[in-house]
Amino acid sequence: MKITEPEVVHVARLARLKLNTGEVEQFQKDLNSILGYMDMLSEIDTTGITPVVHATNIMNVMRPDTIIGSQTLSDALSNAPKHKAGNIVVPKVIE
Amino acid sequence: MREYDIVIGLEVHAQLLTSTKIFCGCSTKAGLPPNTNTCPVCMGMPGILPVLNRKVVAYGIKLGLATHCSITRRNIFARKNYFYPDLPKGYQITQYENPLGEHGFLEIEVGHSSKRIGITRIHMEEDAGKNIHDEHEPLSYVDFNRAGVPLLEIVSEPDITSTEEAVAYLKELRQVLMYLDICDGNMEEGSFRCDANISVKPAGSEQFGIRTELKNMNSFKNVQKALEFEINRHIGIVKSGGRVEQDTMLWNAAENRTYSMRSKEESHDYRYFPEPDLLPLEVDDAWIEEVRSLLPELPSARRRRFQLQYGIPEYDADVLTQSKPLADYFEKCTHLLDSPKEISNWIMTSVLRVLNEKGIDISALTVTPEMLTDMLSLIKKGTISISMAKDVFSEMAGTGRSSAEIVKSRGLEQVSDEVDLRDKVRDIIENNPAETEKYRAGKTQLLGFFVGQLMKATRGKANPKIANKIIKEMLDS
Repeated sequence: MKITEPEVVHVARLARLKLNTGEVEQFQKDLNSILGYMDMLSEIDTTGITPVVHATNIMNVMRPDTIIGSQTLSDALSNAPKHKAGNIVVPKVIE
Repeated sequence: MREYDIVIGLEVHAQLLTSTKIFCGCSTKAGLPPNTNTCPVCMGMPGILPVLNRKVVAYGIKLGLATHCSITRRNIFARKNYFYPDLPKGYQITQYENPLGEHGFLEIEVGHSSKRIGITRIHMEEDAGKNIHDEHEPLSYVDFNRAGVPLLEIVSEPDITSTEEAVAYLKELRQVLMYLDICDGNMEEGSFRCDANISVKPAGSEQFGIRTELKNMNSFKNVQKALEFEINRHIGIVKSGGRVEQDTMLWNAAENRTYSMRSKEESHDYRYFPEPDLLPLEVDDAWIEEVRSLLPELPSARRRRFQLQYGIPEYDADVLTQSKPLADYFEKCTHLLDSPKEISNWIMTSVLRVLNEKGIDISALTVTPEMLTDMLSLIKKGTISISMAKDVFSEMAGTGRSSAEIVKSRGLEQVSDEVDLRDKVRDIIENNPAETEKYRAGKTQLLGFFVGQLMKATRGKANPKIANKIIKEMLDS
């Protein structure tokens, strides 16, 4: 098994997911089967090959520093469950 | 001998002076109503695609070159994953492996010796939004105007061994950023933010102590005080046989102390991975050389040149090069009038006083280099005295009128016309026979009396040097 039960619990907590014992077991199985499947890639000899993070050879896609403009405030707030004076209202976060 | 070695590393976030955000075309302008500078990209809507602002890279290269970093040719961006309401996507786009600049240094001066502070890395990233916490209700308000504003994060090596060095490093870095014109350096408004890593170890020991991270210091004064507090706290714990706990501390400027944020170790698990939405960035030699050719003279070089070229003291050079516009102002003046030390004196006293009083920048000063040097020429020619010039300067700064106009309209010209002065002195001698006799009998301290009479007769406008000379001559003859 590549992924241990405490690791599943840890990752779930980082993702703010509440899992019950059954779910932890299920995810451990699922994640391990995904990682096991991906392990097939390790069978290929990649000696001397530079790692890439993208499949394309495209690079340097940039834009000039020109203002395009922003959305309207009502669009900006349209997905917010609550807003006040233009701000999005969330439960208090204490630093 | 000091008992403990102090080890400090600094992390600076510098907000870049671009017009638009790092990955979208929203304006970076501050002070606008909440959430009006936003779009689906910087609000992290599903399906968005960030596109890199070319100027952010150019600015990063600029700072990298100015701090002797090697510039990374092949850059990739990474996602730093954590949850916080001001982070709309649930991750921050930043650089992790292969930052844009690495292995540089900054030279600082403390006391009279200079020291190199290593720069570990400089990388590009996006800023988060802003949270405001309600004081009465259990609510926070989120404004995403700042989300996506470009930042450079500059991480120093743990080469800093005192609070003085820490402040000198920050001042130098801020000055470099401002000279490069890529950051406004405003600490109060957060365009130049600083965090510190601190540890102490027994003097000479090879092993580092346990470090704490220190945040929330928004002025040089606070940096100094916070570092001193934290260092003393560490030494106190170690001395009493305790162990410093690895933690993040917040500086509380009102109470002059740090507080633990009690952050759980787990929350630092950011699970970085390469950002799939951004293609790799390749910086080639041509781009680096283009940026290099546009680098201005940096503050440390300018300080040295000012001392050599103009023969002004180190102190003057320090003050004058504090900001690029001020140094430019000084140089413009010296091109108009070859009296660098006088110009320096006037800038360090009168000019800086007006700037302080009005809370303005040199660019907003009504007294242009031409106006200042014209006035200094009037002093040289003897038209006005230095104390008169101080009034003239204040009026120039207030009204924007030229010194010649002010002198004329207020009738301030010194009377240097000897014939006119001689007539007046003759009258004074005639009207004060008793004093004249005493003076001629040897009571020469009465000279002051005659000078005073002449000043009275000319309403203070007699050129003092010439007045003294004439009175002596006429009394002695």
